[in-house]
Amino acid sequence: MEQRKVMIKVNNLNKSFGDLHVLKDVDIEVHEQDVVVLIGASGSGKSTLLRCLNYLEYKESGSITIDGKVIEPDQTDLNKVRQEVGMVFQHFNLFPHKTVLENVIEAPVMVKKIPKDKAVEEGRALLKKVGLADKEDVYPSKLSGGQKQRVAIARSLAMKPKIMLFDEPTSALDPELVGEVLSTMKDLAREGMTMLVVTHEMGFAREAADTVVYMHDGKIVEKGTPSDIFSQPKNQRTKDFLGTIL
Amino acid sequence: MKGLLLTLQITVVSVLIGTVVGLLFAFFKLSNSKILNWIANVYIAVIRGTPLIVQIFFFYFGLSELGISSYWCATLGLALHNSAYIAEIFRGSIQSINKGQLEAGRSLGMSTPLAMRRIVLPQAFRRALPPLGNQFIIGLKDSSLAAFISSSELFNVATTQGSRTFEEMTYLLIVAIYYLVLVLLFTLLVNRLEGKIAGGDE
Ligand SMILES: Nc1ncnc2c1ncn2[C@@H]1O[C@H](COP(=O)(O)OP(=O)(O)O)[C@@H](O)[C@H]1O
Ligand SMILES: [Mg+2]
Repeated sequence: MEQRKVMIKVNNLNKSFGDLHVLKDVDIEVHEQDVVVLIGASGSGKSTLLRCLNYLEYKESGSITIDGKVIEPDQTDLNKVRQEVGMVFQHFNLFPHKTVLENVIEAPVMVKKIPKDKAVEEGRALLKKVGLADKEDVYPSKLSGGQKQRVAIARSLAMKPKIMLFDEPTSALDPELVGEVLSTMKDLAREGMTMLVVTHEMGFAREAADTVVYMHDGKIVEKGTPSDIFSQPKNQRTKDFLGTIL
Repeated sequence: MKGLLLTLQITVVSVLIGTVVGLLFAFFKLSNSKILNWIANVYIAVIRGTPLIVQIFFFYFGLSELGISSYWCATLGLALHNSAYIAEIFRGSIQSINKGQLEAGRSLGMSTPLAMRRIVLPQAFRRALPPLGNQFIIGLKDSSLAAFISSSELFNVATTQGSRTFEEMTYLLIVAIYYLVLVLLFTLLVNRLEGKIAGGDE
């Protein structure tokens, strides 16, 4: 058996909003350098799971272990955890009052207290990496959706996270802009970033995922390699779901 | 001319103080603490529910006893009056900033106060600028009420000059024109300021 480090380990995670039980005894594991793709119908709890992992939402019960450390809100510096777990949102959430470069260096300078010129240097390198070196002085409103999302990825990477969470990063994009974002994500995967990705882009899952996890109604129904899940799903629910999107 | 300067001074100082106090009460209103919510609600309700002239006299009689000049009584009265309206302006503008902005900051490891200061408030201020400019104009005209506690601001100078020369109408007309010019100049200024910072909007 392989001995790679477990970067994310979730056991028996439960979360409700009032009477609505959204996550039900969720178990999930993400190994270092792995890409796990999370699929499931809208409302099945995918976003909530991601948000629980960096504590934008607080879990109700169960345990979350990130890079070997058990995270309990009252005993852990959550701001520190969030530095190590990057998050990319469906709607980018770039800071509109800051230029592209300012977006990228904001957290390194303000949170990590990295000297500005060093942050600028690193920020430029990241922008180059996502193919936006020429846009550093532009405001987000002047960018296309695909460019915005690539800036958002660079902004997350600037904190040098150990894990990246993506919540439907291409769902808000025009179809012709999806490719550039996915290819940036594939580059990241190739470099060995540990990633947990919610997406409906099955091409990306086939190509980049080590594991595909299917979620239904707050539960993990099935997980396996992309070829297993796509070619021979065991669970009827998974079959039905794949039937609707493939 | 001295009256003009004093009018401007009272207005600027009272709007500045009003902005600081208003921001404080906006935070009270947005806070999770029921007590702070309650304090802010009562404060805003009392100030919005009573006439400004009563507030100014209240300060005048309360504070002049303590040896505070009528200038400061008027300025403070106006400042607190402004603050209630400004609190509502800030509350609205802060709430109008998409929740995703705070979350994006938090997801990068920023504490909530830091994300508020660096991400949410700068955007909220921009959005608050037009209504703040409006409030400034109202404050400018409201400052005429300081006359009643005999600060020698524009309106007061006009009416005393007027009664001396029995040409009240002429003086009032001149004063009205002064106010109008001030307001127009200021409106122009706000518009330019808005145009300048429009670049960074979503
Ligand atoms: N902040 C919230 N308050 C109340 N209900 C919520 C909240 N966030 C999500 N939900 C509900 O939780 C369920 C799961 O939502 P979500 O995790 O966003 O699903 P998905 O991302 O798979 O579409 C939905 O029914 C949604 O309406
Ligand atoms: Mg979602």
